[in-house]
Amino acid sequence: MVSSPMWRWTLLVLFLLYLGVAFSSIDLNFPRMLDGLTRGWRFVDGFLNPNFTSRWSDIQTGIIESLTMSVTATLVGILFSIPIGMGAASNISTKPFYFLCRFFITISRSMQEIIVAIFLVALFGFGAFAGFLTLTFATIGFLGKLLAEEIENIDKAPLEALKATGASWLQMIHYSIVPQITPRVVGLWLYRFDINFRESAVIGIVGAGGIGATLNTAIERYEYDSAGAILLMIIFIVFLCEYTSGYVRKWLI
Amino acid sequence: MAHLETSAKKVWQQRMTFKRWMGWFSWLFILSFFMLCWQAMTQNTLWVFVLDAPTQAADLIDRMFPPRWSYITALLKPLWDTLNIATLGTLFGIILAFPIAFLAAHNTTPSRFFVRPIALFIIVASRSINSLIWALLLVAIFGPGLFAGIIAIALRSVGFVAKLLYEAIEEVDKTPIKALTSTGASAVQVMDYAIIPQILPTFIGVSLFRWDINIRESTILGLVGAGGIGLELQASLSVLAWPQVILIVLLIFITVILSEAFSAKIRNAII
Repeated sequence: MVSSPMWRWTLLVLFLLYLGVAFSSIDLNFPRMLDGLTRGWRFVDGFLNPNFTSRWSDIQTGIIESLTMSVTATLVGILFSIPIGMGAASNISTKPFYFLCRFFITISRSMQEIIVAIFLVALFGFGAFAGFLTLTFATIGFLGKLLAEEIENIDKAPLEALKATGASWLQMIHYSIVPQITPRVVGLWLYRFDINFRESAVIGIVGAGGIGATLNTAIERYEYDSAGAILLMIIFIVFLCEYTSGYVRKWLI
Repeated sequence: MAHLETSAKKVWQQRMTFKRWMGWFSWLFILSFFMLCWQAMTQNTLWVFVLDAPTQAADLIDRMFPPRWSYITALLKPLWDTLNIATLGTLFGIILAFPIAFLAAHNTTPSRFFVRPIALFIIVASRSINSLIWALLLVAIFGPGLFAGIIAIALRSVGFVAKLLYEAIEEVDKTPIKALTSTGASAVQVMDYAIIPQILPTFIGVSLFRWDINIRESTILGLVGAGGIGLELQASLSVLAWPQVILIVLLIFITVILSEAFSAKIRNAII
């Protein structure tokens, strides 16, 4: 991979040196970890014997909130990501608009959802609405970037052909770009729904609603059987999403 | 009105064919589903707070600026910890992911009915649960600190790396495998000389990609006590020290952008 042997060895030595330094920076507290192992075992036990019943109403509210948050955020995100993504595609956009859209996408993608959620909870109060806005913001950046990449990678021939016939900008988009990118973009939309659901389980920890809040409470109360039930439900729903998205894609295309 | 031209005679045709009706119905369905979800989601929303947001935003920005620059000296050690969490976590993650990918790929798995479903379940479970949730659990188990963060990152990375890797293994070119098998090579030799060289670039690319995602994720693990710069963020947030919060967010932003550029550069150089 690295052609010169001298560089190869230097890099290897540097890497090993780094590993040594990095490992020494971890302070392991063995008595504390031994203490924790019994708790860890209780968690494994809770995961294997999940308790769906004692907190069922909380779990139900959390799951419904997470799902509705993901659906609305994905749809609104898609709606906004289309103009932004088109603006960020260098082959169909104009310079100032291109930089504006790219800037927005970079901001949205580098900001961790949790950090955005902290700010939005401070602005909009606790609850699902702040979570919806967080997920929408992240969705726009994610889908905008991927849409822009899809548009930039299209086969140029149909675009040129349409341009030669004197088609308007909208006609060019409709007849040369949309048919080329639709299958892949629909797949990305479904994938983003998946991500949004998973993220909705996390942003609840900072107060943005959804199943994350329920999960956080369960872990803080050391109710590992309820926490195990919630985690199993998250895994199940994600699995279901992945399984059905294949069928939905086939049906749409 | 659409029409078909057949031998100079126009054949008029109704536009609303079954397919078009279906199209309109799916739009209607999506719209009503959205309204339903919207209603369910916002039933507990206090609109007073939402309408209040612009004033709150102005107030918050007023309190955040100027950032407290002198605080940066206290952030360098936590930032170093964050980098270590991400790097060591990725390292452990890929070490675990490598065998799991081989167990999950249907052309290399030892047993398609027993081992493969277990490997796939491990991958789905690891991928479904965010590293923050892993950290939440591990902090309760191992106590707060870097170690919980590293294991959290590792557990989350396993699924990601293993999934992309096993897909690459399933798509390998079969000719070298057949050629080696026909010379009488053992299974290990086939793996070493026919499969691994084909998937190595994917493996390195995916690992680097995961590393830069992990940098991003490890910056917030401290919120639940798993070490790194997130601890400082949590501390500043809990005392509402917004000038410090904005400095930390800015630092995270720069770190994420630099790590993304770094990993992209290495990936381009290697592959």
